[in-house]
Amino acid sequence: MLEVKNLQVNYGVITALHGIDLTVEAGSIVTLIGANGAGKTTALRAVSGLERCAGGSITYDGQPIANLAPHEIVRRRLCHVPEGRMVFANLTVLENLQMGAYLVKDKQAIAREMAYVFNIFPRLKERERQVAGTLSGGEQQMLAIGRALMSRPRFLMLDEPSLGIAPILVKTIFEKIQEINRDHGITILLVEQNANLALEISHRGYVIETGRIILSDTSESLRKNPDVRKAYLGG
Amino acid sequence: MFYIQQLINGLALGSIYALIALGYTMVYGVLRFINFAHSDILMVGAFAAFFLAPGIQGIFGPESIPGALLIFFFSALICALLGVLIEMLAYRPLRNRPKLTVLITAIGVSLFLEFTCQHKGVFGSKTRPFPTLIPAQEIHFGELVVSSNDLVVLIVTLLLLAALRFIVQRTKIGTAMRAVSFNPQAAALMGININHIISFTFALGSALAAIAGIFYAMRSPGIEPLMGIQPGLRAFIAAVVGGIGNLPGAALGGIVLGVIEAIAGGLPGVSNYRDGIAFAILILILLFRPAGLLGKFQAEKV
Repeated sequence: MLEVKNLQVNYGVITALHGIDLTVEAGSIVTLIGANGAGKTTALRAVSGLERCAGGSITYDGQPIANLAPHEIVRRRLCHVPEGRMVFANLTVLENLQMGAYLVKDKQAIAREMAYVFNIFPRLKERERQVAGTLSGGEQQMLAIGRALMSRPRFLMLDEPSLGIAPILVKTIFEKIQEINRDHGITILLVEQNANLALEISHRGYVIETGRIILSDTSESLRKNPDVRKAYLGG
Repeated sequence: MFYIQQLINGLALGSIYALIALGYTMVYGVLRFINFAHSDILMVGAFAAFFLAPGIQGIFGPESIPGALLIFFFSALICALLGVLIEMLAYRPLRNRPKLTVLITAIGVSLFLEFTCQHKGVFGSKTRPFPTLIPAQEIHFGELVVSSNDLVVLIVTLLLLAALRFIVQRTKIGTAMRAVSFNPQAAALMGININHIISFTFALGSALAAIAGIFYAMRSPGIEPLMGIQPGLRAFIAAVVGGIGNLPGAALGGIVLGVIEAIAGGLPGVSNYRDGIAFAILILILLFRPAGLLGKFQAEKV
């Protein structure tokens, strides 16, 4: 469904991605793991149009999408939940969700998606009139995911959904990610520092180090790989 | 009684500042820079009305209300288009450059408009009398004498503020404006076309400036291409005093500035110092509330 070939991204004179290859099959959960600063976030930002690609290609559904404007990419129902959640803290929960559905014209479809979001994250329903800035970190992450679901994505990219969240909520959120993938058939590309969790729920994994993919395999094999265990899974 | 008189006068003047200040603060909200050319948009608004008036009044009769409405409408439309055009040509190419670059460009655009319009092939530099658009009367409330124009300014400003509030708080495009203002990248990830929202913001702010410019011209002896500088500067200060980026703040700041200016101007013996007094008070406000009257102090994210 998504095919990234030899993708390069530069920040000024610094090269953040030295040509990475990545394939995500429709219906799967694929994870990209690696240390801080390895280029995980940059890869997602390049796919969603927030960073310029200096070279290589990005193909989504057979169409080239590299260097399209972000709103053009969302229109293709490829949606990105960015690192740090980036909910609109000045807007209410409801308004945040409405912004997620910005490109959806069909009112009934919006109502349906909203019901689904409130169904998987009942906490958001309780707080729908609240300004998003007053939510806890975990609630904001739920809102960020819910907001992305409002755009009716076929492909969802999640950047560090566990970052800065109470451990008990991390578990809930990862269960919801699996649920979204299973029930809605939404393909997921997940970036995580918490490699344990990520490899547990994903089908396939890529390991990225200083802007290069150094390993890719099924998640199960990666979990057993001694090098991966040592570097990312705590031995 | 005299001070009540001055208060009403100040409210009308302050309403004009408020309308202009909203444009500064809205653009700051989405792009984080001060559009110094905004003061010249209001001048163009006044000139648009000046040139439209003979034709429209020729059809609807002089000082007719429908005629005046049309003049206001088309002047606002012209300025909205001008605002959008300025953003597309001058600011958009610099979107990812340092804000200082854009700020200096804005000053350049402002000077360009001022001095191009002074050319005799455009508006010329001499002051021209502004036509009467609506019948002006003095209305007596007991001892109080109020100009009907001041009342019109007040009422129209209130209506425009209510309309703006509705757009920003209740409509989809207004919500998108607030989203872009909070985080443009996140807004882009929602599928919002940032350029459309920015154009819309410029159109809205410039249309309000056009109306303010016409109101300002109605109170002035005449209009000339540099007429926007004074009210523009004051409105900019009003936006800062109210809390830059904050819409109710800009309106409040404008009113506060207009009232202080009118009251200080009416004090016996110090009326020549009214600007000094007004600005001293504003500096005091900013000393105690650096983020402005309604602004919230925000820590810089690092």
